[in-house]
Amino acid sequence: MSLDETQVNNIAQLARIEINPADIRQYTRDLSNILSMVDQLQKIGAENIQPLSNPLEQTQRLRPDQVTESNQREKFLQNAPLIEDGLFLVPKVIE
Amino acid sequence: MHHKTLADIARGLEQKEFSSVEITKSYLQRIKQLDPEINSFITTTEDQAIAQAKQADEKREKNNATLLSGVPIAHKDIFCTDGVRTSCASKMLDNFISPYNATVIEKCEAAGLVMLGKTNMDEFAMGSSNETSYYGPVKNPHNLNCVPGGSSGGSAAAVAAGLAPAATGTDTGGSIRQPAAFCGITGLKPTYGRVSRWGMVAFASSLDQAGPMTQNAEDAALLMNIMAGFDAKDSTSSSRPVEDYTANLNASLEGKKIGLPKQFFTQGLDANIEQSVRDALAVYEKLGATLVEIDLPNADLATPAYYVIAPAECSSNLSRFDGVRFGHRCENPVDLEDLYKRSRGEGFGEGVKRRILIGTYVLSAGFYDAYYLQAQKARRLIKNDYLKAFEQVDMIAGPTTPSTAFALNNQCEDPVTMYLNDIYTIAVNLAGLPALSIPCGISNDMPVGLQLIGNYFGESDLLNAGHQFQQNTDWHKQLLARSMR
Repeated sequence: MSLDETQVNNIAQLARIEINPADIRQYTRDLSNILSMVDQLQKIGAENIQPLSNPLEQTQRLRPDQVTESNQREKFLQNAPLIEDGLFLVPKVIE
Repeated sequence: MHHKTLADIARGLEQKEFSSVEITKSYLQRIKQLDPEINSFITTTEDQAIAQAKQADEKREKNNATLLSGVPIAHKDIFCTDGVRTSCASKMLDNFISPYNATVIEKCEAAGLVMLGKTNMDEFAMGSSNETSYYGPVKNPHNLNCVPGGSSGGSAAAVAAGLAPAATGTDTGGSIRQPAAFCGITGLKPTYGRVSRWGMVAFASSLDQAGPMTQNAEDAALLMNIMAGFDAKDSTSSSRPVEDYTANLNASLEGKKIGLPKQFFTQGLDANIEQSVRDALAVYEKLGATLVEIDLPNADLATPAYYVIAPAECSSNLSRFDGVRFGHRCENPVDLEDLYKRSRGEGFGEGVKRRILIGTYVLSAGFYDAYYLQAQKARRLIKNDYLKAFEQVDMIAGPTTPSTAFALNNQCEDPVTMYLNDIYTIAVNLAGLPALSIPCGISNDMPVGLQLIGNYFGESDLLNAGHQFQQNTDWHKQLLARSMR
């Protein structure tokens, strides 16, 4: 499996990552090499094997629907790059 | 002072040979003196360390101390530490001051351990050379021209150089065991779910597991007694009761069966490493264990399965870095999309971006079945191989890595070649099993690691086997004597 530069640009768009145009060639080569290596998985074929997503086959534990956290808004906002009146600021979304 | 193990320090504190403040200061002094060259710490926490040490000394004065009260430790910079920068060695989190403690940090604090600082690592734990850190590479204390391994390379180098008596690490595909092997120390990756992942910056959540990196197996057992246990805050934490990991250290290995996967002793394995591993296995035979050849027929699926599953989970986990709530934000974004794309493009390093892109691709519409689902099927086959092997043997042994620590700046152009460093370690994460790496020899003038893989929740058996080896050989001491200048 190999990718072309247009595909890599599309993937970068899906992942919301800006790639420097000068680097796109290298990414295309690296990603194609990784996908060729990963192609070994196809030899398993379409056999009826139950996929394994959790190594211990645990199911998601549920907890009582109760508030356990205290409000630490001020503390959490300290790491935000841009805030105003206790809110996160982003570029204008709605005209 | 810096040659002491955790057990030595605990004894010295108990017998009032020195205080916690004294030993803490001596480590901080060594870090100041030696770390500019090794670069194993991203952040040191001197003031906090001395305050914690004073507190521990006061507790001991009042006979309120527990076993490891006042013993220093270093934490990998992937664990969130309240009020202290938690960077994950990324530009993305260069300015991130965690507002809370990871459960592992809470447990260590409750046990009275003194945090010396936060150790260097591969960016977001993605890498096996420590060269992807935003804060520069770590040097291997055995040879400053070589890498310490990764991703927990700073933790491994700090322990090997005597800059911390022990450290925490995390292991997604070998990130505790490979650097432990490269630096000549002991590293344990516990069973998936044994140690809480809460507050540990996530890479691949179904593979990530924290564990101890120490001078010997006994110290690893002491730290496991603190780190392990159920945590309601981690949805995949195991509720199985925790045992005393030191209780079984001196048990006899008589009659134990050790499996040797024929797939681990093939071409690609350095001949000197193979010899060191075979010599180590002979020690186990002398201790009464039997060696049995076993078959892991799907071993070759581990690398491709891992390089689908880990990037897939990575792309999902790292979507939280958006330049809005915390982390790096680009200058003057024109719109929201520009904000996301440039913040992520600038904040992440190349290896991280590569993994996010692969993960995004394999999860995207139309490709999910061909890659992700197929990788999860491979994961089942790999797990079944191990389950079958453990019907026959008590543990599995082999080399931790196919080569010893390689030269810095020698990074292969091709990431696929680099990935082959992990061939012996990644299947363990896919299956969720525990595994221990202990030093077992020297090849090319660098340490060699022996990997012991245990059955689910078999940490105690692994530590027992590691301790027995270390009671009957002195590789761990020889290697530390070389690296602690």
